Amino acid sequence: MQTESFAYLDEGSKRAIRRRLLKAIAIPGHQIPFPSREMPLPYGWGTGGLQVTAAILGSDDVLKVIDQGADDTTNALSIGQFFARTAGVRRSTRTTEASIIQTRHRIPETSLREGQIMVYQVPMPEPLFKLEPRQTETLRLHAWGDYSLIYLALFDQIARRGRTSIAYDYPVLVHGRYLMSPSPIPAFDLPKLHQSPALHLFGAGREQRLYAVPPYTRVEPVQFSDRPFLPQTRKQPCALCGSTSSYKDEIILDDAGTRQFLCSDTDYCSERRQG
Amino acid sequence: MSYVASKGGAAAIDQAHRLVAHALQRQEQETASIESALRQQSRAVDRIMAEAALYAPYLAAKALLQAQGDIPEAVFLLRAHRVTLPQLATALPVARSQNRPLRRISAVFKDLPGGQRLGATYDYSHRLFGYFADQEAPKAGDALGETSSPAHTSPADFLLREGLLEESSCNDEPDVLPDLTREPLQFPAGRALRLQSLARADEGFLLGLAYSTQRGYGHNHPFLGELRQGLTPIYLQLPELEAPIVIGEIHLTECQSLHQSAATNSCLTRGYGLQLGDNERKAISMALVDRALRAAELSESIDAPAQDQEFVLNHGDNVAAMGFVEHLKIPHHVDFQSELQILREGRQREGGTDCAD
Repeated sequence: MQTESFAYLDEGSKRAIRRRLLKAIAIPGHQIPFPSREMPLPYGWGTGGLQVTAAILGSDDVLKVIDQGADDTTNALSIGQFFARTAGVRRSTRTTEASIIQTRHRIPETSLREGQIMVYQVPMPEPLFKLEPRQTETLRLHAWGDYSLIYLALFDQIARRGRTSIAYDYPVLVHGRYLMSPSPIPAFDLPKLHQSPALHLFGAGREQRLYAVPPYTRVEPVQFSDRPFLPQTRKQPCALCGSTSSYKDEIILDDAGTRQFLCSDTDYCSERRQG
Repeated sequence: MSYVASKGGAAAIDQAHRLVAHALQRQEQETASIESALRQQSRAVDRIMAEAALYAPYLAAKALLQAQGDIPEAVFLLRAHRVTLPQLATALPVARSQNRPLRRISAVFKDLPGGQRLGATYDYSHRLFGYFADQEAPKAGDALGETSSPAHTSPADFLLREGLLEESSCNDEPDVLPDLTREPLQFPAGRALRLQSLARADEGFLLGLAYSTQRGYGHNHPFLGELRQGLTPIYLQLPELEAPIVIGEIHLTECQSLHQSAATNSCLTRGYGLQLGDNERKAISMALVDRALRAAELSESIDAPAQDQEFVLNHGDNVAAMGFVEHLKIPHHVDFQSELQILREGRQREGGTDCAD
C-alpha cells in the first residue's frame, strides 16, 4: 500500500482547496474553479466531496458518510473506509454526533446545528446545463444574473402540465443572487437548506468546481409568485418506525410487486425506534 | 528503412513484418500464452469479441496477443476471420428469463426480488496499487463465480405493470430482422439495425457520446433500471426435431436504462444495451446512446451529436475508423503533387506572398 498524507492528499493540494472554499463561502452559490485531483475513487463516485472532506478534515473531527440517506450503502461504506484508512478519523452514523457529514443525494432528517459542515457530492454543478451546455455561455448568464432560461423552462412545464416537473436537483436562488444546483437531492429536502445553521460545501471533482452556502443564508427554489414551489411530501408511513414526515425508499418485496416503504435516512429511523 | 523506396518495396515490407514477428517472439503461437491471456486479460478478450461481433474467446485471446495488446487491431483480426465463416443457422432469440446472473444490480430500487448481487466488481474498491493483494480469501460458502436463479422480475417489468414505463419501444420492426453483417447500413436506420451497430461500435467512441448526453448535449437523465451479466443458453431449432436444442452458453452483459422524456411526462422511456462478455461500461454507454438516438421517435429536438444517427452509426465502427484515419500513412504523393501544382499556379497568378506574411 502506498504511503499517504493525512486524508490522502498532500498538504499543498488541501490548502489550494481550502483557499477556494473560503472564496466560495464569501460568494454564496457562486461556482469557483478548483484544481481537482485524480482521487483513487472514480469520477462520479464522489471525488468532489472526497476532496472537500480531505481538505477540511482534522484529527478531532467525527465523520459521517451517507449515500441515498443511508450509512450502510455500498458507496458510503467505501468512502467511510477510505477516510478511516487514510486519516484514522472517528466515524459515526449519528447525525447529531458528526462534525462533518459527507452526503450523496440527501440531507439528513435530523436538524443540523451551528458548527456542523455538510459536504455534498455534486455531479453537475451548473444549474443551467440542461438548457445551455456551454460554459462560455453560462458564465455570462451568471455574471449578468440572467436566469430567464430557467424561468422559461418552468413556464413551459406549467403551461404543458399545470405544474413543474423537476423532482430532484431543483435549482435554487442563493441569497437573491446566484442560481445554484443543490446537487441531486430530492425537492423534498430543499427547505432544509434555507437559513440552515450549518455550513454547506459542494464539490464537483470531474467538473472542477466548488461552491458553498454559508450558515443562515436565504436559499429559495426558483418559482413564480403565483405558482409557488410546493415541497414534496411523503405520507406513506415507514414500515419500521412509522414516520410520516421522512423521505422514503420504495422496496419491492416479491415478484408479485408487493411494496414496502422505509426511511431513506437510516440514522433517523433507528433513533426513532430506539426512542 | 526508407518509407517508399523507388525500388525494393517488397523487400522493405518483408523486413517490416520480420520486425513485428521479432517483437512478438512467436508467443501467439503458444497455447499456454493464449490460455493465460484468456484468464488474465479477460476484459480485453470480451471487448474484442463484442466489437468484432463474434463470440470466440480463444480466438479473441489469440488476436490480442498477435496485435500486441492493440484492441482495435485485434478486433480487426477477428472481424477478418469472421467473414470466412459460413452462416449455418439462426439461433432462437436469447431469453432473458434464462440468463443466470453472475452479477445483477438495480440503481433505482434499494432492494428488489432476487436482491442486489454485486458479484466480482471493483466498483467500490480504492484505486491503489496492491489494494486487492490485501484482501482476505473469500470465506468458505461464498458463491465463487456461481450464478443465481434467473427467474426474478426485472425492475422495468414492475414499472410497466404500473403503467409508469413505455411498452416495448421496438415498433418499427419487420418480421425478418435486418442483419448488419449481411446487408449494408442504410439510413434512416430502424432501432434493430441501430442496436446491432451500437453493439459492435468502439467502446471509447460510445463512452464519449454517452458522457456527452449526461453533460447536456442531448440531455435525458438516465437511471440504471437493471444491469446484469450472466450465462445464457443459445437454442437452435432444427427442422428434424420438435424441441429446440441447446448448442452452448454465452456470457452476456445487459443494461436497461430508464429516462425521463421531454415530450411525454406521463411515463418513463427506455434505452437498451447488450454486449458479448463482461462489458458493463460499453453496455451502459450503448443504452444511453440508444435512448439518445430515439429522439425523433419521441418528438424530441435533435441538436446534439449523440442524437444524430448518421453521425453516430457512421463513425462508431473502429475497424472502419482506424482504417481511414491510418490510411493517411500510405503513399499519397500523386494527389499531393497535383495539390502542389495548384498552389504554385495560384501564387504565380496572384503574385503570391509568403504564407508567413
